Amino acid sequence: MNNNSAPLLQVENLRTHFHIPEGTVFAVNGISFNINEGETLAVVGESGCGKSVTMLSILGLIPIPPGEIVTGKAIFRDKDLIKLSESEFEHLRGDEVAMVFQDPMTSLNPVLTIGKQITETLRTHLGLTQDAAEQRAVELLERVGIPEAASRLGNYPHQFSGGMRQRVMIAIALSCNPSLLIADEPTTALDVTIQAQIVELVLHLREQLHMTIIWITHDLGVVAGLADRVIVMYAGFIVEEAHVDDLYENPRHPYTLALLGALPRVDRRRDHRLNSIPGAPPNLLVEPQGCPFAPRCTYVIDRCWAENPTLVPIAPEHKMACWVDTSTIMTGSR
Amino acid sequence: MAEAQPLVVVENLKKYFPVSSGLVFQKKAGSVKAVDGISFSIAKGETLGLVGESGCGKTTAGRTILNLYPPTAGKITIDDQELSTGSKPDLKEFRRKTAMIFQDPYASLNPRWTVSAIVSEPLRVHKLFKSEKERTERVNHLLNLVGLSSRLINRFPHEFSGGQRQRIGVARALASDPLFIVCDEPISALDVSIQAQVVNLLEDLQDQFGLTYLFIAHDLSMVRHICDRVAVMYLGVIVELAERNELYENPLHPYSQALLSAVPIPDPKRDRERRRIILSGDVPSPINPPSGCRFHPRCQVGTERCNSDDPQWNEASPGHWIACNAITNP
Repeated sequence: MNNNSAPLLQVENLRTHFHIPEGTVFAVNGISFNINEGETLAVVGESGCGKSVTMLSILGLIPIPPGEIVTGKAIFRDKDLIKLSESEFEHLRGDEVAMVFQDPMTSLNPVLTIGKQITETLRTHLGLTQDAAEQRAVELLERVGIPEAASRLGNYPHQFSGGMRQRVMIAIALSCNPSLLIADEPTTALDVTIQAQIVELVLHLREQLHMTIIWITHDLGVVAGLADRVIVMYAGFIVEEAHVDDLYENPRHPYTLALLGALPRVDRRRDHRLNSIPGAPPNLLVEPQGCPFAPRCTYVIDRCWAENPTLVPIAPEHKMACWVDTSTIMTGSR
Repeated sequence: MAEAQPLVVVENLKKYFPVSSGLVFQKKAGSVKAVDGISFSIAKGETLGLVGESGCGKTTAGRTILNLYPPTAGKITIDDQELSTGSKPDLKEFRRKTAMIFQDPYASLNPRWTVSAIVSEPLRVHKLFKSEKERTERVNHLLNLVGLSSRLINRFPHEFSGGQRQRIGVARALASDPLFIVCDEPISALDVSIQAQVVNLLEDLQDQFGLTYLFIAHDLSMVRHICDRVAVMYLGVIVELAERNELYENPLHPYSQALLSAVPIPDPKRDRERRRIILSGDVPSPINPPSGCRFHPRCQVGTERCNSDDPQWNEASPGHWIACNAITNP
């Protein structure tokens, strides 16, 4: 939340396409955003909106070909990540930037013990001896709340429950004290009670280690309790960006409005039918023309079909990409 | 709604799966007590929600009620037709009255069958059409009911999106004019913007045909929206059952309280204010469930007694049932 200094990561006009036999997939279409040191940024959107591809592009994890980063810069501490070589990336990933993935079962190697998988990172990146690495691994597992950590080093991933595996993934991610943690739907595969445990753990670690976090999710509920700032993505574009309180109290883009209207609330009595969003997300094989949300939008005007609105500030720290000012048209339909 | 004649009555239903050990000479080593004695009734036109974490037995319960798994013990009565262990029921008639909508719209439709073949399968099984023309008309009608164009009748499942596939699954479920439909996590594989479409569709169909639903889900917000009454399951048993607003506003069982407090609220200010009960540990194994109250190892209010005494099913207030030693006889 330190706004005076330069942002920790600055992404500019990132455009990632995939060339597949059926044509070109326009996955990410020129997005720009910043994240400041110590901040938690949530990136929200449905499947196929480009939220994961954005992060994979930044971390050099897009397979090229079929992928192609057409344009863009990602400045992290004076380095442009898009231009890094594979060996430079290997140094960066795990060391300065770490990632936690959605499915803790498939991101851990099933035939290696947990201890082996944690010490591997420590020995590669920090050059520790096996003994020192094991000692540090126990510390890390204790920090993420795994009971009897020392005796669990010899266990294999299948001997852990889903929540415990995600804790192990977080321990591996934290092993080299990264300054940026990218979490890609880390709680989606988990039950709500376990999700609450993991969110609590991440909030606690954030405070302790002053980490900067990018949290990718489709769940607007989790974001509310966790993020400082939120980016809403649709079809490879950022459609709205705001401080978390502002976004939920004063959502402006028709897509954000529709998403919030489609969510039932656990803390409220039912008072109306859910507002469903008609249609389906667009086909990414077609080059976007006009606003990508236009076919499903309630407020659509002629201009939306011809020109895609750019992301512009509409209030302090609140940006939106829409030709229509929804705040003047609608009141209280949420 | 609770006054109405119950359409579905489930009494002391149990489903155990055997666990064997040994590679060649397999021995029965125990059993997974997936559903261990659950009872409830659902009135005609009502939606009962069945919630709980993964592994609590809610899907097994739904499948056993429809006799997709033969029950280990217990009795199921649907529309006055009784199914119990030992009896040889007229399963075909039973199946015509019931249907299921599955979680995964990708795995539950045969990829080699056209939409027409998929939707007309129940019609064929129950011999519900006399001519090819009648069959096509019926399929067209069903597709229109779920909001799909009848032009799509000869397409294959892979040509549809997840939401559209779930609509095909709904059309198939409706084909035999069932009275009772088990919806097993019908929306959890779908995107948020599509979930609302499917939920609204299920509600419209319920209004139109007076359908009765058992709605199995882990999304507690959606369950509050769609269900009339809600049952909370933990490790094979129902721990609490009440009318939806009563359950969500006044949960009594410590597990229901923890479960509800863990659901995120899409409102940052409310979310920061509220008190969250974080349960420690994971759900224990249903092969060897804890003695006494199954929730006692994770419970924050339990007493010594909970380690040994099985909690009894008690009506705390009219229509609000709970199984907890500490709450009912403190």
